[in-house]
Amino acid sequence: MNKSLIGDSMSRVDGRLKVTGQAKYSGEYKLPGLAYGVLVPATITKGTITAIDVKAAKRTPGVIEVITPFNFAGLPGFKPDAAQPVRGLKLFNDKSVSFNGQPIALVVAESFEKATYAASLVRATYQEEAFETDFHKNREKGVTPQGGKYKDYLRGEANAYKKAPVVVEQEYLQPSEMHNPMELHVTIASWEGEDKLTVYTKSQGVVSTQRTFSNAFGIKPENVQVNSRFVGGAFGSSLRTWPHEIAAAYAARLVRRPVKVTLTREQMFTLVGYRPFTIQKIGLGATADGKLLGITHESYSQTATYEEFTENSVNCSRFLYDAANCNTLYKVVPLHVGVPAPMRGPGEATGSFALESALDELSYALKMDPIQLRLKNYAERDPERNLPWSSKYLRECYELGAERIGWENRSPRPGSQKEGEWLVGYGIGCGAFGAYRGRALAKIKIMADGSVNIQSATSDIGPGTGTAMTLIASDLLGVPAGKITFELGNSAFPMAPTQGGSSTVSSVGSAVHDACMAIRQKFAALDGQSAEGPLDYVALLQKHSLPYLELTEESQSSEQAKNYSMYSFSAHFAKVHVHPLTGVVKVMRLVAVVDAGRIVSHKTAASQMIGGAVGGIGMVLTEEAIFDDKYGRYVNGNFADYHVPVNADIHQIEAIFIDKPDRYINPLGTKGIGEISLIGVAASVTNAIYNATGKRVRELPVTPDKLI
Amino acid sequence: MSRYTDKPAEQSGPQSESRRDFFKKGSLLSAIAFSPGAVLRAAENKWDEKIADEWEKIPVSLTVNGAPYQVKVEARTTLLDLLREQLGLTGSKKGCDRGQCGACTVHVDGVRVNSCLSLAVTNDGKKVTTIEGLADGENLHPMQEAFIRHDGFQCGYCTSGQIMSAVALLKEGRTASPEQISEFMSGNICRCGAYSNIVKAIQDVKNQLS
Repeated sequence: MNKSLIGDSMSRVDGRLKVTGQAKYSGEYKLPGLAYGVLVPATITKGTITAIDVKAAKRTPGVIEVITPFNFAGLPGFKPDAAQPVRGLKLFNDKSVSFNGQPIALVVAESFEKATYAASLVRATYQEEAFETDFHKNREKGVTPQGGKYKDYLRGEANAYKKAPVVVEQEYLQPSEMHNPMELHVTIASWEGEDKLTVYTKSQGVVSTQRTFSNAFGIKPENVQVNSRFVGGAFGSSLRTWPHEIAAAYAARLVRRPVKVTLTREQMFTLVGYRPFTIQKIGLGATADGKLLGITHESYSQTATYEEFTENSVNCSRFLYDAANCNTLYKVVPLHVGVPAPMRGPGEATGSFALESALDELSYALKMDPIQLRLKNYAERDPERNLPWSSKYLRECYELGAERIGWENRSPRPGSQKEGEWLVGYGIGCGAFGAYRGRALAKIKIMADGSVNIQSATSDIGPGTGTAMTLIASDLLGVPAGKITFELGNSAFPMAPTQGGSSTVSSVGSAVHDACMAIRQKFAALDGQSAEGPLDYVALLQKHSLPYLELTEESQSSEQAKNYSMYSFSAHFAKVHVHPLTGVVKVMRLVAVVDAGRIVSHKTAASQMIGGAVGGIGMVLTEEAIFDDKYGRYVNGNFADYHVPVNADIHQIEAIFIDKPDRYINPLGTKGIGEISLIGVAASVTNAIYNATGKRVRELPVTPDKLI
Repeated sequence: MSRYTDKPAEQSGPQSESRRDFFKKGSLLSAIAFSPGAVLRAAENKWDEKIADEWEKIPVSLTVNGAPYQVKVEARTTLLDLLREQLGLTGSKKGCDRGQCGACTVHVDGVRVNSCLSLAVTNDGKKVTTIEGLADGENLHPMQEAFIRHDGFQCGYCTSGQIMSAVALLKEGRTASPEQISEFMSGNICRCGAYSNIVKAIQDVKNQLS
């Protein structure tokens, strides 16, 4: 085989399509007879719709239909009494309102403008009821989620930290944060007859979307064709099927035309999930020389009343550091709000902000370097599962990051360093995220001209799935990348899991790996030669008068993998400037050092790391969906009032990869980087801010008012 | 009753109704001149509606990527929706429809504008360039090449707007330093966080040109 191409710095395979505007996203398919659907939001927070006046809307020129709970014919998949109703159907099914902005009607018209105008004319009357959206007021009503996964955890003695010589006990607040991908969520649905549906929709998982539509409409999965070739970002917001997607398909069947439903940016704040408002309490106890005696982590997180959302915010405290005593508690607080969804890094990002902040506080209480404190409590094996790590190079991450950021320039005394008029501070924040591998299939076909086509029903929300898969195939087959096409985002392709949880290269990459190895065997067998050396596919096909060879390979985790605890690890180092008069914070440098196993595609992986850091900077400095509890609504549902980082907010960000393969997870040795690129960033910045100013901010985001 | 204005509107319905009805009646009257069958068919197919719809639209002539277009648009149609929904030029993206994200950035007479904030009718006689018109045939614009080389994007949804802004930035002479580039590119949001690579791409093109 040629020199390994895996790890190369190839430019994106779909780069040309993206820079020329030719990449087609889900809302950009012009189907004949396309009609436009616009959702009408509820204007109350809790109650019952008593009537909806659609007369004015229906009189509007170009309006085709107005769908409301009063004329909704129902769907086979919706059974109100079912223990687990099909998700995504909280629309038109009943007349109850569970959150402000809940869609109560869909206007279908000849143009977007006509539908938008008509939607503004729909008037509902309600029987209003008292609602609860104030988290602080309702925190004590938190409940332990269903199922064993979230029950209280105890190792050793509960709350052992309280008895330790040095104690930190603090609360940390993460406000609701919105995914806000640049592409608006959109679905085009089109029917052929009564039982064949085609959808173009913003989805991180075309197979799971296919399943949901199939269940909702009571049609066979193979009769649902889901396309999602290009996805304009998602960060978790497209992990599931949402009501507007079902609504588009319902409307299309009703009006017998393709229907496109696009959410507005404001609707993206209420209808497609968010990182939930969470308050966490951390208790840490240590000996005077920094050995952790006890860790306690409690988390209270917002969820909806009509659906339960859970995430792993407390889990990191169980295994990231070696402590004999550890207990965690996780509760959700149901409020009259839309249901959250996993947002990049999900609960682990929220959890690590609390744990890594508390650890920093402990380091100052101990007068100990924060890196030394982490090394003192380094977990050589997983204390939660009592298993060896499949691989862990976090120690190397500390070393490399400290060297790169210039940790030796950090003053242990807060507020003691200045550059010009700016206070200077350094901070560290770490993260870990489970290295997952799901079952995936890939189909490979090598043609007579030597070109290679690979298909798998995975997605690409931006990290560069096609680029990574092309590199893997190019390396294993010995075929130049330019002769390989990798196709995704189509539910008719061989099954692949949803793109989420940093697992795509591990799952789908392994399927591509296995498919490449299997087809090499198949080619070698033609001439009874060995598959070890180089293979001339063109000559072999010609010699045996074959137009092509193809096969589909299934790939999944081995039994042996269960003997190990598998995580990606990251250490983020921040250098901040804080302006003492105005409280302005600039993250001058952010160094992210990552143990994510082998890196397949260096160029796109570096971009993914940098992107996660930018997301983390938004989380820590600017992003907060502000709720008005008087009306039960967000007051900043747009990009002017909800601040995501812009170009001028970002200074120098560096990504460093340990790049050592994990021997147990998969044949590639990769562990995943999507989440850990963000997990730990927030704490690295707040810890640096403390180092710069002596002010500990435990409530995100750190806006200037909190520093002056 | 809600505390909001959820009462049925007193006099609801589009304000243009009377004018519209006039158009509809007028078109139907002319149809009667043909035959009663034609009238019936006209009503069945909502032709009266379609004819009235056409009457209400405003003709606009504009050049897009060098090609002349004569179109009729609703007065409320934005330049962005004209490009995406009527002309099939979906390279310009809708990210907010409020002029807050820059994904829809195009050049109008050589100046970058948020096409979601520009009504189509106000672009009569103007020359519009979109991302589709930036390359010279198969040869990419240096900025497009640089974005690929420096990986100035991930999902690609903001990319058209970023590149159109970046090209305009060179012309505006606002590329003196990375800080200046960052400042004047801050109207284009990239949620994937490719900012530092975008700045490198712009610097690269600036250095090539100077």
